[in-house]
Amino acid sequence: MGGNIIEMKHIVKNFYIGTPNELHIIKDVSFTVREGDFVSIVGVSGSGKSTLMNMIGVLDRPTGGEYLLDGIDVSRMSENDMSDVRNRKIGFVFQTFNLIPRSSALKNVELPMLYAGMDGRARSRRAKELMELVEMGDRMDHLPSELSGGQKQRVAIARALANDPAIILADEPTGALDSATGRMVMDLFHRVHREDGKTVVLITHNRELAAETDRIITIRDGRIVSDQPGAPRAAEGR
Amino acid sequence: MLAVAGLKSNKVRSLLTMLGIIIGIGSVIAIVSIGNALTASVSDTMSALGANNIRVAVVPEQEDNTVATMRGNLTQSRIDDSDLISMEQIQKFQERYSGQIADISLTESVGDGKVRDGRLYANVGITGVSAGYRSINNITLEKGRFLNDRDVDRMRRVAVVSDRMVSNLFKNGEDPLGKEIDVDRDDEVDTYLIVGVYRYEESSMIIGAQTQSDQDITTPLYIPVSVAKVGADNQNYQSFSVKTKSDVDTAAFTEQTQKYFNDLYQNNGNYKCTVINMESILSSATSMLDTISVAVAAIAAIALLVGGIGVMNIMLVSVTERTREIGTRKALGARSSYIRVQFIVESVIICVIGGAIGVLFGIGLAAVGVYLLKASLVVSAPVILISVGFSMLIGVFFGYYPANKAASLDPIEALRYE
Ligand SMILES: Nc1ncnc2c1ncn2[C@@H]1O[C@H](COP(=O)(O)OP(=O)(O)OP(=O)(O)O)[C@@H](O)[C@H]1O
Ligand SMILES: [Mg+2]
Repeated sequence: MGGNIIEMKHIVKNFYIGTPNELHIIKDVSFTVREGDFVSIVGVSGSGKSTLMNMIGVLDRPTGGEYLLDGIDVSRMSENDMSDVRNRKIGFVFQTFNLIPRSSALKNVELPMLYAGMDGRARSRRAKELMELVEMGDRMDHLPSELSGGQKQRVAIARALANDPAIILADEPTGALDSATGRMVMDLFHRVHREDGKTVVLITHNRELAAETDRIITIRDGRIVSDQPGAPRAAEGR
Repeated sequence: MLAVAGLKSNKVRSLLTMLGIIIGIGSVIAIVSIGNALTASVSDTMSALGANNIRVAVVPEQEDNTVATMRGNLTQSRIDDSDLISMEQIQKFQERYSGQIADISLTESVGDGKVRDGRLYANVGITGVSAGYRSINNITLEKGRFLNDRDVDRMRRVAVVSDRMVSNLFKNGEDPLGKEIDVDRDDEVDTYLIVGVYRYEESSMIIGAQTQSDQDITTPLYIPVSVAKVGADNQNYQSFSVKTKSDVDTAAFTEQTQKYFNDLYQNNGNYKCTVINMESILSSATSMLDTISVAVAAIAAIALLVGGIGVMNIMLVSVTERTREIGTRKALGARSSYIRVQFIVESVIICVIGGAIGVLFGIGLAAVGVYLLKASLVVSAPVILISVGFSMLIGVFFGYYPANKAASLDPIEALRYE
């Protein structure tokens, strides 16, 4: 495996800056993720996981500190450059799927490639491959409303893989699914990690799922309070 | 295309949104098409009537000149002979300007009648005319001769009839010339000798006229004006037409004539004389049309403004409804400019579809209007293109603000939106 794909140094995130009720949500967080790692981030509700995730995903800029994504400083980029980085380096998977409602599953998977400027034929060829990969080959023309939750999330994972990103970022991807379906989605992440060598960062409330990953980072009140390797043993740590 | 899918899933809402655009574009197309048709038919009529005709008419003091003069005989209901122009006055005028005047046409409408011959019949509008009527109204003779001055002077009971009347009455191809016909009107029967047959041409300018079958069509039957005056309400004339000689400046002669009759009516407090030529009729017709056009354009502008605001409103609703979608698209790497263009395209599509429906609606409206006016429909391609182009502009203009709002959404906020 290669070098550091995520390198965060003294990252700070404040809200309502300059007002009396300024909030300090992320307080001096530093950590690195190596290429090909499967990392989970856990912590109680409101601890700042999603806020951190938004910065990892280049949706948001940190208030302070430095963030190198794949060696590039993205902490002070322009909006357009941030869009392009998200498009090529990040694959998002959301708790609520966030498929485009009036587009077919296949069109949803094509979307990141459309924004990358790929031509129509190549786009649909790759989208079909990805749909096969997530075992949704027979549902390509269905609208999201015609799919089950697990099926939607598989389409979303196919979409996240579209531009062959450096990182898959998943914020509670099993949060809206029952445990059996969640299991199936989790297996898909393992497969993507194992077979494609993708770096996966997973936010979850589920300690058991976190324990399956290479590494568990625990956040409390905007700080990293523990950073341990995964395995059932580690999960019992608390 | 997402925008179109959005329209399909919200048909009623989209149609309501488009209504302003449809009405705006539709009314512009309708008025322009009707205007073109009218202008074409007015110019036709004008060239048929000839540019060197002028018309003299007595009108009440306070009436608008052109309209009243065009209306002609219709106003003569309660008017005394002393206020009208006498035959002697007309003759004096003709002698005074014999160098300029080619012909004078006098008319006296008698009313509708029926010519009968056993089971055969034909409907006629009996009109008394002078010899000058023929050249001023471009009557084409097929057979025989037109009425002449001697017919008028000697009050001969002769008639010039239409080819249509002849074909209805003389079924086996007899020569109508020299035949006597019985004209039935208000239970009175008058007998006339046919001296000529003219070719009947349907007027394109008769507003509201209905197309009749060949059998029931009413065509003019011309008799000497002196014969028509027998038993008429007025012996003097409310109006007459003048044809100037070809080398005469008609506009200048119109002014001269106006002056001449102003002097004649100097001491008349109730009536005056107006003199117009065909050019002034045309220009007043077009100016009337222009006034209507301005009014319709104002309505259209308001409809388009309201329509545009409607589109903007629906786009704002759409942006709000699709906040999460916008957030997702941004997370997937769509640049703000891409989102902006997407929404502007959507707004343009709504407006262009509305504009296209408006064009069809307007052409339909124009077809009905033109049918009622008995003119022929002229659909102008440039006007359609400009209309559709203008709808696009409305789409861009009123779509810009919502699109910009969508483009500037913060992706994190948008993704969190419930
Ligand atoms: N845009 C914002 N403005 C103000 N406060 C914010 C904003 N975004 C997040 N916060 C605050 O930051 C804190 C952390 O939020 P965050 O969404 O990161 O928590 P989380 O760890 O993801 O929680 P959960 O497990 O419930 O998703 C919360 O108290 C939240 O109210
Ligand atoms: Mg969260």
